[in-house]
Amino acid sequence: MSSARRARDGARPPIRLLRNLSSKLAAIPMVLVGLGVFVGGTIWTIVHSFTDSRLLPRLNWVGFDQYERLWSTRRWLVSIENLAVYGIVSLVLTMCLGFFLAALLDRKIRFEDTFRTIFLYPFALSFIVTGLVWQWILNPDFGIQSVIRGLGFSGFNFDPLYNPDLVIIGLLIAGLWQGTGLIMVIMLAGLRGIDEDIWKATRVDGIPIWKTYIVVIIPMMKPVFVTALVLVTSGIVKLYDLVVAMTSGGPGISSEVPAKFVYDTLFTRQNLGQGFAASTMMLVTVAIILIPWAYMQYREKRQ
Amino acid sequence: MTAVTPRGAKPQKALSPRNIMLYGALVIFSLYYLLPLYVMIVTSLKDMAEIRVGNIFSAPVEITFQPWVKAWSQACTGINCDGLSRGFWNSVRILIPSLIISVSVAALTGYVLACWRFKGSEVFFGILLLGAFIPYQVLLYPLVIILRELGLFGSLWGLVLVHTVFAMPINVLLFRNYFVALPEELFKAARVDGAGFWGIFFRIVIPMSLPIFVVSGIIQVTGIWNDFLFGVVYTRPENYPMTVQLNNIVNSVQGVKEYNVNMAATLLTGLVPLVVYFFSGKLFIRGIAAGAVKG
Amino acid sequence: MKKTFALLASTSLISVGTSALAVDLEVTHWWTSGGEAAAVAEFARLFNENTEHTWVDGAIAGAGGTARPIMIGRITGGDPMGATQFNHGRQAEELAEAGLMLDLTDLAEAEGWHDFVNPTSLLDSCTIDGRLYCVPINIHSWQWLWLSHQAYEDVGLPVPTNWDEFIEAAPALQEAGKIPLAMGGQPWQAVGAFGVMAIALAGKDAWSAVHIDHDAEVAAGPEFARVFEAAAQARAFSARSNVQDWNQATNMVISGQAGGQIMGDWAQGEFQVAGLVAGEDYSCLPGLGVTEIISTGGDAFYFPKINDPEVEAAQLELASLMISPEAQVAFNLKKGSLPVRGDVDLEAANDCMQKGLEILATGNILPDANQTFSPDTQGQIEDLMVEFWNDPNYTPEEAQRLYAEIVARAD
Repeated sequence: MSSARRARDGARPPIRLLRNLSSKLAAIPMVLVGLGVFVGGTIWTIVHSFTDSRLLPRLNWVGFDQYERLWSTRRWLVSIENLAVYGIVSLVLTMCLGFFLAALLDRKIRFEDTFRTIFLYPFALSFIVTGLVWQWILNPDFGIQSVIRGLGFSGFNFDPLYNPDLVIIGLLIAGLWQGTGLIMVIMLAGLRGIDEDIWKATRVDGIPIWKTYIVVIIPMMKPVFVTALVLVTSGIVKLYDLVVAMTSGGPGISSEVPAKFVYDTLFTRQNLGQGFAASTMMLVTVAIILIPWAYMQYREKRQ
Repeated sequence: MTAVTPRGAKPQKALSPRNIMLYGALVIFSLYYLLPLYVMIVTSLKDMAEIRVGNIFSAPVEITFQPWVKAWSQACTGINCDGLSRGFWNSVRILIPSLIISVSVAALTGYVLACWRFKGSEVFFGILLLGAFIPYQVLLYPLVIILRELGLFGSLWGLVLVHTVFAMPINVLLFRNYFVALPEELFKAARVDGAGFWGIFFRIVIPMSLPIFVVSGIIQVTGIWNDFLFGVVYTRPENYPMTVQLNNIVNSVQGVKEYNVNMAATLLTGLVPLVVYFFSGKLFIRGIAAGAVKG
Repeated sequence: MKKTFALLASTSLISVGTSALAVDLEVTHWWTSGGEAAAVAEFARLFNENTEHTWVDGAIAGAGGTARPIMIGRITGGDPMGATQFNHGRQAEELAEAGLMLDLTDLAEAEGWHDFVNPTSLLDSCTIDGRLYCVPINIHSWQWLWLSHQAYEDVGLPVPTNWDEFIEAAPALQEAGKIPLAMGGQPWQAVGAFGVMAIALAGKDAWSAVHIDHDAEVAAGPEFARVFEAAAQARAFSARSNVQDWNQATNMVISGQAGGQIMGDWAQGEFQVAGLVAGEDYSCLPGLGVTEIISTGGDAFYFPKINDPEVEAAQLELASLMISPEAQVAFNLKKGSLPVRGDVDLEAANDCMQKGLEILATGNILPDANQTFSPDTQGQIEDLMVEFWNDPNYTPEEAQRLYAEIVARAD
């Protein structure tokens, strides 16, 4: 890619200034959005997280007070814990399930299109819709619990949305339903990119199919896995709509997540400083995940 | 060694153990994915009496379309009882300008980054890409201020701007990657013919890039239609998009919860992205695959 | 000049349109349940009938917690509505301080609000630096225990007359498969119920020490220990309510599935919509039947500043209308709340409202917690309560310790 770029640079006409002008004009939105919104907005938020702003932003410095308070707030700690549990489980399951489904579809089956359509359609739906549907299915008085009890298992209990210990499972069921299709498609594209000869070779060597996947195919698909990983992780940190539609953070505070904490603190609690501190922490979390990845990408490109 | 089977290319015995397991697994997973759609449809066609006594998986005994009518044109939020129709039209009015503007801006930016780099353009691109990973919460309030200063807060155009901003990273990436892969000879030839920046863009790049426009369009249609957070934060109630209104209708209970109306409303809200998805199936898949894997 | 014009337009309500231009005034509020919607429709009707302006309804569904951010966002975002609801208290304090709200002082003086508003403390919480920024429109008290006669009939017990009797009767209801105390899952309901127990069981003095003087020692003391014990009991009896919205919980009381509910007087509206008769089908116990004190929370309307004299005139007209006797009666009868005027007669008020009016007349009143704590402090208490209320393993001692910590740094 980089060689192509150089070649194209070389082919440019000599009137640099004029040409640069058009392209620079066209790049104005990018510069405005990148610097004005992404960089500017981020800096603004971080700066104001060191103030005691309440309903309106003001520059009255309080040092790290907001952060100290944040990390002694139970709801924030619960939010972080929930996100960690949801994040790790959802990450592992999304990757496994996504890969598994992709592998099934890659076995040259009939009706591949139909199955793929079925697995991917939830991805087209919003988290609000997803949350409301699953809320209905998991409703203990009408949904799965009542149906299974009606079959004669009167002791059957499955009401994740009303049980603080299980509520994350409820969110996971809905979240996985919505999101695995995308990962499946990405994995499938990765699988299709693998040379047919490799399959032939492993078959000649008599390696069983499942072993081929684990020993040969998955290591070859590392870039695809990394991409999927980054996509899923950045989605998880943004988890908000689903919780709002499904549980509103309840029962109690057992399904609170950081994004909701930020929204509530900023707008309901009228404590901007605290909300900015919390959103800055979210940013730090993302950075911790992202920086090693960016570094890896960078090193690969250099090589 | 004798039983070397090519990867499924040869038709197999229909009931081989391998096939039973393979298709069995596929069918079981399909049930998980299809169940909610099925439950939404059957619930929305029952009346409340039937919902109370029956089970949510059973087909409606007597099909009624009343919940659909109610969800579309009668369900109440507060004293406004004009159903979801208002939210639907709001979403349409938000969607069309947001779609056109965000895709145009992204295409143009991608074109600059692919074909007309200037000093520093890669740096800006890097910043833009990082923007995709900034949690929205960090930028919620700064955007309130930006919109206020522009005098756009609460208006449809404010929301259009927000959608355009947040759509940029992923869509610019898509367009840039696509344009980079276009054959270079074309550009050279065009330049020899004296075409400039805009000439090449409109006469050569755009006509060759229909698929990526469709892909970006699909991503935007579903993304904008499904948005909830920006709709809540940046609009006023009469401009609420459909998702926000859906959440309001489902959460504003008058007496008993009408689950059938709720499900009809939920389905109605999901209909647009579903239709887009079903009609564009392969392009949709190709798009997200291409964008994700290359990136 | 502008001001005189505005005043003229507002003080004479039935100023049949000569010069004033018709304005579409958007009014935002979070009244979306059946009884609430009926009440707000009264305001809209009166405004449309008596002025040439039009009420544009901006109902925002969900509890106040959902609606307030939207309202504040729009006001600070430079897209203010014509008028907006807030609770009595400090929710809009900073907005008024920042000069984003219309100053109603002149109108209030011209109409003599201080003469007829009762209790006058309602106007105090509208006042910042000597200027008045809101119209109180109703008094809502939280301190009510609503009881279903049907539920107690089903188990053959008399309807309780106080909290202790209620607790005694609870196991019998549980055995009959009913839920003794219906509770919705939304956070504000947990805080509210706790507040009610605090006033009723800790008494007026201890409550005032904590809420008004922010005395953390009292919050950690024996009076409040009793409150936390009672809350733990109530928690056990409200388990498995499995509903979110307050009116769904009220509905359980209406249908007899639940014995009772601790809820503000707005629950009244739901009983009314369901056609139930106070004293026959349901009972209401102010102060849980223990301490007959009510807190004077409620709603007030604020008018964001819009630099347009015509809109401003319409805003003042609406402010004047909302506090007028006619609107006060029409609105509050539907809403189940008490009027803010001491000089109107609520003949049509039913048993429960009469009880409230009597207590109000005796002056056994306290401010609402929203008036004494900042939204930030209220939020911290809310988080604590909602966790305590939903986790049976959360001990009352632990909750009280954290509560005292919050009170210690309250503002």
